[in-house]
Amino acid sequence: MTRLLVSRIGQAAVVLLLAFTASFLLLQALPGDAILIKYQNPEMGLTPEQIAEIRVLYGADAPIWAQYGNTLWNFLQGSFGYSVQAGVPVNALLATNLPPTLRLASLGLVFAVLIAGVLAFAATLAPFAWLRNLLQSLPALMISVPVFWLGIMLIQIFSFRLRLVPIINPSEFQALILPVATLALPIAAPLAQILIRSLDEVQTQPFVSVARAKGASRPWVLWHHVLRNALLPVLTIAGVLFGELLAGAVVTETVFGINGLGRVTEQAVSYQDTAVLQAIVILAAVGFVLINLVVDLVAPLIDARLKNPVGASA
Amino acid sequence: MSNLDLFTTRRPELGLSKLRQLDVTLVLSWAVVAIAVAWAVAPGLFTPHSGTVGIAGNQLRAPDATHWFGTDEIGRDVLARIIYGAINSLSGAVVAVVVGFIGGTSLGLIAGSVGGRLDTIIMRIVDVLLSVPGLLFQLSLIIILGFGTVNVAIAVGTTTVAGFARLMRSEVIRVRRADYVEAAFGSGGRFGAVLWRHVLPNSLGTVIAFAALQFGSAILAISTLGFLGYGAPPPTPEWGLLIAEGRNYLTTAWWMTTFPGVIVILIVLATNRISQSLRRTP
Repeated sequence: MTRLLVSRIGQAAVVLLLAFTASFLLLQALPGDAILIKYQNPEMGLTPEQIAEIRVLYGADAPIWAQYGNTLWNFLQGSFGYSVQAGVPVNALLATNLPPTLRLASLGLVFAVLIAGVLAFAATLAPFAWLRNLLQSLPALMISVPVFWLGIMLIQIFSFRLRLVPIINPSEFQALILPVATLALPIAAPLAQILIRSLDEVQTQPFVSVARAKGASRPWVLWHHVLRNALLPVLTIAGVLFGELLAGAVVTETVFGINGLGRVTEQAVSYQDTAVLQAIVILAAVGFVLINLVVDLVAPLIDARLKNPVGASA
Repeated sequence: MSNLDLFTTRRPELGLSKLRQLDVTLVLSWAVVAIAVAWAVAPGLFTPHSGTVGIAGNQLRAPDATHWFGTDEIGRDVLARIIYGAINSLSGAVVAVVVGFIGGTSLGLIAGSVGGRLDTIIMRIVDVLLSVPGLLFQLSLIIILGFGTVNVAIAVGTTTVAGFARLMRSEVIRVRRADYVEAAFGSGGRFGAVLWRHVLPNSLGTVIAFAALQFGSAILAISTLGFLGYGAPPPTPEWGLLIAEGRNYLTTAWWMTTFPGVIVILIVLATNRISQSLRRTP
């Protein structure tokens, strides 16, 4: 078990180092120099010598391997460099913009899990075959809807037609309803799809028939026996869902005009502020790798059959 | 690549009675895709209106008999703009899928057939590609490639390389163990020849179904990037951009945002359904 742990952590570290290297080469080493874009602007009236000085200040004149080493060392210490466009450390940008995004994303996740759970149970337990089919095909529809369009439609329907959610001076709660729904529905779709399939598969196993034969009702068996076994496939996509959640937040924040990581990302792309984008990309990669690491380590606790990954299964 | 995870978990087989009923949706799906392709090839056949030039005095008309989907803020027919926009979105999706397909299947083929250290290296690269959310990865590429339809398509395609590579590798490994491949090697087939003659054709089936699925996701991704303003510049009728433009007229012209979105959904649903059917036929 310890050896497995060490090797998994090692693999995760290698993936992160490679991700850092790739993003560094892509975003810092290639042309498209943010410093030049900002300071070459004729309105600033800077001489080439002054621009060269600024480049020295940002460390952009050092040889590429030295820049790589420096940037890596700083990242490891939790310092993500300077945003050339905003003129502040990237850390400061993240500190002000991360909390609203985290709140949106975590609320989105909670609702996505609730929606997926309710949908999956309803699709499995619904009384008529046509109703079950209808509910089972719902996630496929939800997965095909563009996130930004969904957000606009929700504003259209609930704010402009039904006037349920005010646009001007909404309370904090009112301001969050539509963005959270926009984010949650597309995340709930793949979750529900996997959960429905997984429930279907587990239901055919002998232990379910045994529990039923002992007189347990169907919902009871689903809740106590099937769900626990059906959760494992859902856990395996947790890392992917984290990525979807982050990407969804970027789009949702743009649609609803929320200041957060999404807005920062969008502006970083527009102004070629590569340091900011690299910091966000690396944070996303760290999140993805950590979640997958935790899932790998937690999976054997949920399913004892996974405790001996080598040997027994073959 | 959440769709790869969904893709590899197979659905239980459906009974015969359901198959007949499902064929209707399959036929409809092919029809939707055929119409979209026809729009891209010959937009002039489907609408008498212009996709880029508006008519003065015709602004923000609600849908009626002449303008089925209404008109926009400078009097352009919304349906005409959707029809003329098909070429942008569809060709972008084709470029994206081709980039992902060629890049991914070659990586997967090499990893699965050569094995050993090369396999480890390639799969580690794939892990790195998968560790960054698709949208952020696409934005990183766009920031260096620049804005525009082709760059957006390339960025979207590169994101799908990892999914294609993983799927192709697992298919190659499955096929490689088959008796006829062993026999081909045993009877003196050269490595490259066996790969080309036996392994590649037999592993492609599932990958092609995955390509159909990716086509739908590519349309979604391209419209998202178009909405964010990184795709084609404004006068071009790109679907994501149409929705972005309609945002300013939500109170007065619901048709400007609603219809382009519905068209995107229909096409993505259709390609997903087709992908599903391709996967089921052996």
